Amino acid sequence: MKYAEGSPIQDTKAPEGPIEDRWEKRKFAAKLVNPANKRKLNVIVVGTGLAGGSAAATLGELGYNVKSFCYQDTPRRAHSIAAQGGINAAKNYRGDGDSVYRLFYDTVKGGDFRSRESNVYRLAQVSVNIIDQAVAQGVPFAREYGGLLDTRSFGGAQVSRTFYARGQTGQQLLLGAYQALERQVAAGTVEMFTRHEMLDLIIDNGRARGVIVRDMVTGEIERHVADAVVLATGGYGNVFFLSTNAKGCNTTAIWRAHERGAYFANPCYTQIHPTCIPVSGEYQSKLTLMSESLRNDGRVWVPLRKGDDRLPGDIPDDERDYYLERIYPAFGNLVPRDIASRAAKNVCDEGRGVGPGGLGVYLDFRDAIGRLGRDAVEKKYGNLFEMYERITGENPYDQPMRIYPAVHYTMGGLWVDYDLQSTIPGLFVIGEANFSDHGANRLGASALMQGLADGYFVLPTTLGDYLAAGPFGEVNEEAVAEAEAKVTSRIERLLAVNGTRTPDSFHRELGRLMWDYCGMERTEESLRKALERIPELRAEFWANVKVSGANEELNQVLEKAGRVADFFDLAELMCLDALVRSESCGGHFRAESQDADGEALRDDEHFAHVSAWEHSPEGEPVLHKEPLEYDYVKMSQRSYK
Amino acid sequence: MNLTLKVWRQSGPSDSGRMVKYRVEEVSPDMSFLEMLDVLNERLILEGDDPIAFDHDCREGICGMCGMVINGVAHGEQVATTTCQLHMRHFEDGATITIEPWRAAPFPVVKDLVVDRSAFDRIIQAGGFVSVPAGSAPDAHSLPVRKEDADSAFDAATCIGCGACVAACPNGSASLFTAAKITHLSLLPQGQPERLSRAKAMVDQMDAEGFGGCTNTGECTAVCPKGIPLDTIAQMNSDYLKANAK
Ligand SMILES: Cc1cc2nc3c(=O)[nH]c(=O)nc-3n(C[C@H](O)[C@H](O)[C@H](O)COP(=O)(O)OP(=O)(O)OC[C@H]3O[C@@H](n4cnc5c(N)ncnc54)[C@H](O)[C@@H]3O)c2cc1C
Ligand code: SF4
Ligand code: FES
Repeated sequence: MKYAEGSPIQDTKAPEGPIEDRWEKRKFAAKLVNPANKRKLNVIVVGTGLAGGSAAATLGELGYNVKSFCYQDTPRRAHSIAAQGGINAAKNYRGDGDSVYRLFYDTVKGGDFRSRESNVYRLAQVSVNIIDQAVAQGVPFAREYGGLLDTRSFGGAQVSRTFYARGQTGQQLLLGAYQALERQVAAGTVEMFTRHEMLDLIIDNGRARGVIVRDMVTGEIERHVADAVVLATGGYGNVFFLSTNAKGCNTTAIWRAHERGAYFANPCYTQIHPTCIPVSGEYQSKLTLMSESLRNDGRVWVPLRKGDDRLPGDIPDDERDYYLERIYPAFGNLVPRDIASRAAKNVCDEGRGVGPGGLGVYLDFRDAIGRLGRDAVEKKYGNLFEMYERITGENPYDQPMRIYPAVHYTMGGLWVDYDLQSTIPGLFVIGEANFSDHGANRLGASALMQGLADGYFVLPTTLGDYLAAGPFGEVNEEAVAEAEAKVTSRIERLLAVNGTRTPDSFHRELGRLMWDYCGMERTEESLRKALERIPELRAEFWANVKVSGANEELNQVLEKAGRVADFFDLAELMCLDALVRSESCGGHFRAESQDADGEALRDDEHFAHVSAWEHSPEGEPVLHKEPLEYDYVKMSQRSYK
Repeated sequence: MNLTLKVWRQSGPSDSGRMVKYRVEEVSPDMSFLEMLDVLNERLILEGDDPIAFDHDCREGICGMCGMVINGVAHGEQVATTTCQLHMRHFEDGATITIEPWRAAPFPVVKDLVVDRSAFDRIIQAGGFVSVPAGSAPDAHSLPVRKEDADSAFDAATCIGCGACVAACPNGSASLFTAAKITHLSLLPQGQPERLSRAKAMVDQMDAEGFGGCTNTGECTAVCPKGIPLDTIAQMNSDYLKANAK
């Protein structure tokens, strides 16, 4: 696949000056909207996860007229609900040396020097307000006997800054945002549209002015216009078919915005989570994450000897290889996700994997149970152990868990500036759907932090600055009708094929291909193969997919087919991006670029930039580079040894 | 395993609906219940039939989207388990399994096994929150909370809003769902200022939606995948009475 190189881009909104003052400066420079005008300004927020839910609620509180959309039957079910482990914040409640600066430093380093310093610093600053906000809403975080909040340390951090609510932190934070949202629905500032899927973006006069959505119950295609549109539609990990994401997670909203002109940044940056339950068979429909907080007390190992098929309990300690502790003595089992995942792949590739197909490693609690007692372990991890037993039928108190890496999070997303505005004026993108803060690798417990930082604190300020120039008047009927016609004709096209393969069968095949060729390890050869194969499979999809039923009803096959169609296009861009970035960084591992120990080798001279892709309807995608500069954290090769 | 399924099919709210029989073969015991239905649906699509519509999303027991009455029990017989977490190893080879939607007047059927649970959102809208706009919060440590209270509040807060409690209740009551939220917030200091008005507004909304009253049958807790305890309902009633006495 060919591409063209376009002009470089700059993030023009980030203020200059000392990094500690930049957000303060930006807030002060942001224009304010007269309270009486806010009611006249309409904002569409698509997505009700941590990012979208908190944003819609906050915009409603500020007095804007908000419409909120989600594809589930209620906003409370957004995928954020599934986050288990926790949320980071630089509160330094433990006095263990944490600070805003340290969280900033860890995040830039953890992102392997592929994120923006200004953004990350702001994230670390705002993190402390998030915890305050959540506690005031009644989020029942874990507490100590003295009544103060408990924290734990989480993958990749040496301080204890992760706040948690048993293994259900995402649920509790999302319910906090959901309740704030429902409060605004009752107050009449937010109108809620559940079971509505966004299928296109309306652009008029160069500005994002609305969305075309499908009512998933009646099939009606609806048009909604506004003065600004916010996308908070989450990540696209489901391009791999098997991932830890909820089944409905998709790329449709951001992909269609991309087709309308929003640049897509770093699409190839994918996070593979090291601790998931391995695949059990062909019918597998999703993968389940075991929170990596388990790595605080569980020890990861495989048999020293290849083909050792004794039961784990029968293998004595000196015949086990606690490979993370061996290779990375400083961080041991707590190395960042990308490193833990690849290490698991390596030992399995050596033939030392355990369980069906040799695609698994042990996560063993024997020593923790010995040290802390079974009760203490149960208190900490009880619900996770239960979840594991439900799925596998095995009891982790008696035998080690089997885990294997799985696709979990996508650092890439729509390009946004410091204000979280995309390259389309009036289109803002928040949460996992944007690319902004995690560079090439996200640290554990940082996605919840980013989603809520964006929604509660950053967007409400920067969006106001944009809206101060509004309202933007009537939307041109032609622009609306064009977008609507595009959506309708695409649906008709999907229904008309009437072929012999289901949308899911194509999705599985695409996912398999992406995992094999653009997964944990990528090579020029594998990526070229993928780029050859994807267009063929896409052509077959459009010639041979079978979508049963009609548009004018609840039709889950049609919903699925539309999402799979977009995944094909996205998959192609991911592979191209991965091919062009011939360095390794964070979650993007190019086998050609590794050091003598097999660790990821960055190439800062050629790749210290964000790759922002512009869609061109007929021709080749255009690559715009945003140079990254590091004034505060010195660029260095990550080392966790 | 080979199984016979009897599944409720209803094309839309105006259709009267009926049970339809399907054979499914070569089911692996490691499959989840929903994966078994996926396999059947793939076949139905190719045969030109309408696949069975059912709600689901996270498939790990936390979003609350899935829910079916399996062999007469909401979410099936395995305790503290959502439909999506149920695995086929708990069924016998050759068994016949009946699958029906939640049945309750305030949860009208949308299609097949999909029902409309928006009444739950309206109960939350009535008062299931703490009124605290973003940016107005004091430091999180300014108000310590007893660990026991925080833990009990958490237990109540784990409700996933699935609606199994309503489906299981002979009166179609939403008391367990409503009480879980009331209890979560009334156990915490942050929830005190609005405690009584909240209880009153939420209970009144629950009644307005047409949910039945609670007669303490306990069927709700028995099927609740999160084990929300029955004593939350006592807490709700006590707050509600106090609110009305005011
Ligand atoms: C199993 C698991 C555990 C995790 N644990 C943690 C953790 O411990 N700590 C942490 O920091 N992060 C964790 N993460 C990551 C984190 O949960 C997510 O990155 C984050 O919740 C994403 O939030 P979001 O608001 O951006 O999007 P989401 O929560 O995914 O919400 C997306 C919203 O968009 C809507 N939507 C999507 N497409 C459309 C469309 N086309 N039309 C209309 N609506 C649409 C959906 O209905 C939904 O409301 C975890 C992720 C997983 C999968
Ligand atoms: S109380 Fe239990 S059964 Fe009822 S909605 Fe909540 S989790 Fe579901
Ligand atoms: S699908 Fe989310 S709880 Fe079952």
